[in-house]
Amino acid sequence: MMEKSRRSFLKVAGIAAIGLGAAPAMNFAALDSNGPALPVKKKNENALHAKRWGMVIHIDKVTDKIAKKISNACHIQHNVPDFTHEVDTQKFPDIRPVNPDQEIKWLWKEKFHYAFPDKGDEFLAEKFEHLPFMVLCNHCKDAPCVQACPTQATFSREDGIVLMDFHRCIGCRFCMAACPYGSRSFNFRDPRPFIAQIDPDFPVRSKGVVEKCNLCAERLAKGELPHCVEASEGALVVGDLEDPESEVRKLLKEHYSIRRKQSLGTEPSVYYIV
Amino acid sequence: MTNKWIVTGLAVFVLAVLSPFWFNMVTTTQAAPEPELLGPAKEARKCVLDKYEMRANHMSLLDEWRDAVVRDADRIYVAANGKSFHMSLSTGENSCLGCHEDKEKFCDSCHTYTSVNPYCWECHTNPKEIE
Amino acid sequence: MLEIATKGTKNYWLWIAFLLIVIGAGTVAYLDQFFNGLMITGMSRDVSWGFYIANFTFLVGVAAGGVMVVIPYYLHDYEKFHRITILGEFLAVASLIMCLLFIIVDLGQPVRMLNVLLYPTPHSMLFYDMIVLNGYLFLNIVIGWKILEAERNQVKPPAWTKPLIYLSIPFAIGIHTVTAYLYCGLPGRGYWLTAILAPRFLASAFAAGPAFLIILCYIIRKFTKFDPGWDAMQTLSKIVCYAIIANLFFFLCEVFVVYYSGIPGHQSHLQYLLFGYHGYNALVPWMWSGFILMTVGAVLLIIPKLRRNYILLPVACAMIFIGAWIDKGMGMISGGFVPSPLHHVTEYTPTGQEIVITLGVYATGFLVLTILYKLATKVKEEVGG
Repeated sequence: MMEKSRRSFLKVAGIAAIGLGAAPAMNFAALDSNGPALPVKKKNENALHAKRWGMVIHIDKVTDKIAKKISNACHIQHNVPDFTHEVDTQKFPDIRPVNPDQEIKWLWKEKFHYAFPDKGDEFLAEKFEHLPFMVLCNHCKDAPCVQACPTQATFSREDGIVLMDFHRCIGCRFCMAACPYGSRSFNFRDPRPFIAQIDPDFPVRSKGVVEKCNLCAERLAKGELPHCVEASEGALVVGDLEDPESEVRKLLKEHYSIRRKQSLGTEPSVYYIV
Repeated sequence: MTNKWIVTGLAVFVLAVLSPFWFNMVTTTQAAPEPELLGPAKEARKCVLDKYEMRANHMSLLDEWRDAVVRDADRIYVAANGKSFHMSLSTGENSCLGCHEDKEKFCDSCHTYTSVNPYCWECHTNPKEIE
Repeated sequence: MLEIATKGTKNYWLWIAFLLIVIGAGTVAYLDQFFNGLMITGMSRDVSWGFYIANFTFLVGVAAGGVMVVIPYYLHDYEKFHRITILGEFLAVASLIMCLLFIIVDLGQPVRMLNVLLYPTPHSMLFYDMIVLNGYLFLNIVIGWKILEAERNQVKPPAWTKPLIYLSIPFAIGIHTVTAYLYCGLPGRGYWLTAILAPRFLASAFAAGPAFLIILCYIIRKFTKFDPGWDAMQTLSKIVCYAIIANLFFFLCEVFVVYYSGIPGHQSHLQYLLFGYHGYNALVPWMWSGFILMTVGAVLLIIPKLRRNYILLPVACAMIFIGAWIDKGMGMISGGFVPSPLHHVTEYTPTGQEIVITLGVYATGFLVLTILYKLATKVKEEVGG
């Protein structure tokens, strides 16, 4: 008797469970047939596409002046704080002193033997000693930072861009330890007091998250080229590395180029024509 | 443990549990703010979702949007009503604030009333605040 | 059982009060960090992990060290460890609580901590670290508690604790192996990129954990009527001795590989730690003290006459414990970040506030340890060992 009633209870419960599971599907079907159309998310029509975005930097075309222009264009329009900026003490009265080693940078110039520490030849062509080498996130094909991130806040996008989801970052800084190029910065403090003029078209970051170059994903989505490319007077070129007809591939075909720490196998997508 | 103690304990517990009511009795309460449509929003009269769904679920929609924009590079949202929107809080005409021009009336009044404190504006900027 | 901890001598309460004050100071310092960000630390763009992660790494070792009493007792029926296994397990519990706290205070966005569970990421080593650390903590709490309870009631511990005990052994090895994998799997950091990192971590863990356990045995002997047993302490000291020798040996292997091959990306870090690099040498005296402490400690323990000296044994253990802390704490973390991947040198020293927060975490761990040890020793006193 006991056994029987339990069995029948389980049966009823099982049927009920199937019903519960089916409900969303039924709703979905009902919606599809005579309800309004389902919402769609899509890209802008004029967005720029690539199978794998990459950059080529003409070292000969980058002068100190252009280097500065490039960095500024990037940093100002991405609201990257400048810790040498004089803080408006009326707006931020309790500001604490700055530790310059906690700086934030996305795209900046380095000397050759820092940008390429494994290529610092003993007898190096003299011009290399002084040329400004622009360094940034390499948007590696096999990015160690993506591998390290415990929340997928850093991820490789389909088009090869290594992106940061600032909403999701927990600030563990594992990615900073993982990056072999020192391309990442951490917001040790609230950046707002150190931004001269906030650009409303791009978010500021909050304290406690990591940030880095995003290859201007927000501009590619609108069909515009990255800020650095526009400011570079032809020294920086971006394009599709997988497309043999693209400008970057043509440049790479014609010139000898190098990449940073290529021996590590991360497959950087930034090439330097020397 | 005597009954007296148990009763006292229960009384304290009941009083503590009902504290929101006591709190409201001694403080003044306000009616919920009525959302007010202004500017382009008033003319359009058609939002991403219908009114009630929007009131209940806008946070989930925004959460979905940010994943779409950041992770899938999708920027345009064609709503069920056929209108398309820019999936952004504050950039461009078709964004949230592009249509609902007054952030204080559109976002803050209700959020303040319900004591929710979303951190959107820690990073995103209301373009009106810049000028 | 917890009610035991509510009765104690004046000294017991003074010690608890002292710990609470330190925890309070640490909390105040942490709240400031919580609201203002990690700017209050000495960390920088180039040295992005510091004192917190250094102490985390070291304490994972102390936690794993507990397995050095579990293996002999449960796998080899080494009766002399009967009295101290519970001490090893409870030491692991306290250490792991400190480890988890160190991770939390190191996060830039601690309120988003649960994103690690919300978006589980099996290709990140931190994912596995989270699993093994929490798993090992859980195992030790359950095992320690159940066995102590059984002992108090003079019954056999429930049969299901046995498989958990066996499971805790690979977990102990696992926590430190995975913690080493956090570092040694990163392509751009020459100092960490070595397969011997995990074995080296384990060796120093099996020295530091038992060394601390010996010191704790001394404290227990002084303040309670429970005697952990001199023979057990002597066996532990032999374990400490061989483990620290293994650690030094592994380190010398590392030194040989790095200097004989002469690959700059690997050599520069050791050069910075041992001799200074381009004029930067903040850690040189620190590192040498660490190695001298470990070496002298090893010598003291390997000579039977000295090892059996009641006064000298805790001194040798303290030397090894501090030496291992220097080697695996600051040495391991700063050494990996200096020079930076671009071969810039940014040195790191923790700020005062960072140290106060760290002490707060240690005080929390010691509070847990004190209470657990109070329970353990009281139960042992009651049942007479």
